[in-house]
Amino acid sequence: MIKAVMMMNTQGKPRLAKFYDYMPVEKQQELIRGVFSVLCSRPENVSNFLEIDSLFGPDSRLVYKHYATLYFVLVFDGSENELAMLDLIQVLVETLDKCFSNVCELDIVFNYSKMHAVLDEIVFGGQVLETSSAEVMKAVKEISKLEAASNSISLVPKSVSGWRGR
Amino acid sequence: MASSNSLMDSLFQRSLEDLIKGIRLQLHGESSFISKSLDEIRREIKSTDLSTKSIALQKLSYLAALHGVDMSWAAFHAVEVVSSSRFEDKRIGYHAIAQSFNDQTPVLLLITNQLRKDLNSSNEYEVSLALECLSRIGTDDLARDLTSEVFTLLGSSKAFVKKKAIGVVLRVFDKYPDAVKVCFKRLVENLESSDPHILSAVVGVFCELTTKDPRSYLPLAPEFYKILVDSRNNWVLIKVLKVFAKLASIEPRLAKKVADPICEHMRRNVGKSLLFECIRTVVSSLSDQETALKLAVARIRDFLVDDDPNLRYLGLHALSIVAPKHLWAVLENREAIVKALSDEDPNVKLEALHLLMAMVNEDNVSEISRILMNYALKSDLLFCNEVIASVLLACSRNSYEIIVDFDWYVSLLGEMARIPHCQRGQEIGHQLIDIGMRVKDARRELVRISRALLIDPALLGNQFLHPILSAAAWASGEYVEFSKTSYDIAEALLQPRTSLLPPSIRAIYIHSTFKVLVFSLKAYFSAQDSTSSPLVEESTNYVSSLVNAFTYESISSLVDMIELGLCSLSGTLDVEVQERAKNVLGFTGMIKHKIIEKVTSPESVIEASRAVAFMEDVFSEELGPVSSTAQEKVPLPDGLELNENLEDLQEICGEFLKPVVDSNSNSFSSSEKISFSVAKLRISDQLEASSSSSSHPPESASLLAEHRKRHGLYYLSSQKSDDHDDSNGNNNNTLNEYPPANEILADSFNPKKKMNQSKPRPVVVKLDEGDDIKMKPDGSSNHEPLSRAIQTALMGKGKEKEREKDNPERSLDSGTKEQSLRKDKKTKKKNGEKSSKHRSRRRSDKDASAAKPVDIVDFLL
Repeated sequence: MIKAVMMMNTQGKPRLAKFYDYMPVEKQQELIRGVFSVLCSRPENVSNFLEIDSLFGPDSRLVYKHYATLYFVLVFDGSENELAMLDLIQVLVETLDKCFSNVCELDIVFNYSKMHAVLDEIVFGGQVLETSSAEVMKAVKEISKLEAASNSISLVPKSVSGWRGR
Repeated sequence: MASSNSLMDSLFQRSLEDLIKGIRLQLHGESSFISKSLDEIRREIKSTDLSTKSIALQKLSYLAALHGVDMSWAAFHAVEVVSSSRFEDKRIGYHAIAQSFNDQTPVLLLITNQLRKDLNSSNEYEVSLALECLSRIGTDDLARDLTSEVFTLLGSSKAFVKKKAIGVVLRVFDKYPDAVKVCFKRLVENLESSDPHILSAVVGVFCELTTKDPRSYLPLAPEFYKILVDSRNNWVLIKVLKVFAKLASIEPRLAKKVADPICEHMRRNVGKSLLFECIRTVVSSLSDQETALKLAVARIRDFLVDDDPNLRYLGLHALSIVAPKHLWAVLENREAIVKALSDEDPNVKLEALHLLMAMVNEDNVSEISRILMNYALKSDLLFCNEVIASVLLACSRNSYEIIVDFDWYVSLLGEMARIPHCQRGQEIGHQLIDIGMRVKDARRELVRISRALLIDPALLGNQFLHPILSAAAWASGEYVEFSKTSYDIAEALLQPRTSLLPPSIRAIYIHSTFKVLVFSLKAYFSAQDSTSSPLVEESTNYVSSLVNAFTYESISSLVDMIELGLCSLSGTLDVEVQERAKNVLGFTGMIKHKIIEKVTSPESVIEASRAVAFMEDVFSEELGPVSSTAQEKVPLPDGLELNENLEDLQEICGEFLKPVVDSNSNSFSSSEKISFSVAKLRISDQLEASSSSSSHPPESASLLAEHRKRHGLYYLSSQKSDDHDDSNGNNNNTLNEYPPANEILADSFNPKKKMNQSKPRPVVVKLDEGDDIKMKPDGSSNHEPLSRAIQTALMGKGKEKEREKDNPERSLDSGTKEQSLRKDKKTKKKNGEKSSKHRSRRRSDKDASAAKPVDIVDFLL
């Protein structure tokens, strides 16, 4: 199972954080800070794994990848393969690249909703359900279409229903 | 008023994007902007307009995820937003629910109907939202109420929905095991799906299920096997391999069966992730399959020399899995491992270090330690201490099992203390004392090293090393008879720079000085009397030949030096230091007087000699290692009446006492019963203690316990000398008794040797609790309902014959259970006892049913 997905920039600002087990927000922030403090001390060109038991408990592993100004982090347990998780980060980044054509940190900052749409297609309740970025893109496009449609329909009725409700 | 407010809100509401921009504009102090926005959100979220509400909720969930803002107060609003007919709102609502709800959220049950409605929606994306939500926050109640919807969706024709329905099954089974009856068949059918997405999802679910309880899924081995052979999808294969790693560890015949296809995959040119998974499966679960293991080790070797640090790390990791059973694989790659010690990647270095430590045995310990000490000198602080800690741990394991030459080891400890980064003073100091107490033959070298440490100016200033100095001071005082010149030791203990030490350690220095003084005086007097008194000669003959004989001049200069060194301390603030200093000064004052008088009056010499002999007696008692559980071994004295106190205790630990009482007849009066049970308990404790020290055959353990019972007093009084680790069979003959004095005499006169293979390993005193085996709590009980359900479901899948066989057995089972229940009632067992009985009962049920799936596996083999 995947326990958490995080993206943070090289200054330690979280850009996306998703924990698949319920955790109070304070704990989430603490873990994000804890992960960053280890990440930022690591030199370039070393392995992408971190010993993380002290933060996430026994049998937890962490892989990360560093792209430009961002760290992509996956935390998971023994039922996942470390190298496959690195591949999964690759899938995620590729998909985002397609989504935003040459993804950069700002895209991730301003597209909270879409980021989660992409991630939710790949990881479902902690399980990897989709690894083809084409499939993910298809679903994300459909979701965007549905959202746009619901907006255009509701443009007028929105305020009317609002009045009627009172 | 309120309505116009909310109209304003909805017209001029900040979107999430506005919020993000706003936060980015704050140069310093985001927090004030966030709390301002939060006030806004609190107002907007109360709006009756759902889209205003949903945007507020979205902003809140953004702030919660990335800025740690609490959003649990908005739970009810999230429930409202989810009911919106607009897809966008619904998505925001479900996102917020998955993010912030937990089992304790009070409004949780309000979403059951909404979830059901969305699970039945014709829009697959709405269904997907509901499934995602259920997979994150599904509780027992939700799982129960929505099982039929999940079942329907498992049969969906749309792969998009079906794969998510498969994913959600994991949560549903976990929370509501009875769902197995409904959904399991459809889940299993998907193992034969041709759609790679579906297959990947279902294999993923089984991988998780198998991890929790492998035994229940053995009957599915043929299906998994087919996937293992046929599939070419890395993701699927990795999960299937993980399933087999679990299954093969409980069913060895399966290991043989799957070894071939796994080797096949390893020989193919597959992705590194799959290759590594194959390797891991082989080294962890198929390590008895020789060909597979050899192939895997060959692949590991490729990993170790790869340019990619990830592969080097994983290669070392795989070796560390295989190390306990097949050390040759590690030894073969020794060079690569040593090279990895200087890798720039800290992970790789650490893993290499662990592997090296796994290789250590009594033949190579000195060589490996030499290599590691060199690395420790060169490394950064963190790794240096990691190295030192590993060496200390490996060498001290099981009462210094791998150390043959203790002189060498003691000097190694001294060397460690001098490594500049060393921060492991505590452990080094502990081992120095421990070896002093346990290994008589090492004491001479220990004293030599201790003095060297005491006079090393570099150590005094480093607070991490103070425990080492403390140990060195203690050892040089306690074992001063092994020193060449006690004068040097006293000088080292009294050096002015000891003022840098904390008072508690200075006190040890002073006390050791005292011991040195007493020893020297004794030597002086006995040298004087050696001709006249044969009695004194006998007890000190080894001393006089060891130490430079004291002359009148040398002894008085020693006394003078001690007085000079300590007089300044008699006014120190710390009471411990002051008191000890004053003790010594008082003694020197008295003795000095007598020694000077000696020239005139022989009377006073005898008096002084008597005083010294008396002090010597005080220090002569040898200190030995004491078991941390020593107190438990104190037997109850005969006349002790404990009944009344234990009456109360019985209430508290009734279930603990009961089984003992139960095994005897109930005709005792209550007081008799309890005192009896206490006696029994003690014995059973001892039994446990002795049998827990591993590898001991049960009958000899009980013999030991019997012996203890009879000679309890003997065990108690001679605690330190008799509590060897009897369980250690091969050491038995050497450890049978604490070495008698003459043995030490013979040995300790040998001149110090360098590394010498022929030198016999000295006696090491061991204690009972040497290797504690901690009982792991039984983790399987948590999954019991689920595994029972699965086994039942799979039983139906089996052949008719098996079903027939199964039924009578089950009725029999329930019959015995009822019986045992009735018995429980009759003997009025406490609750805890009853449940524990049930647990064991159930476990044997499981074993019984687990024996059957093996037949199905045979079918495959």
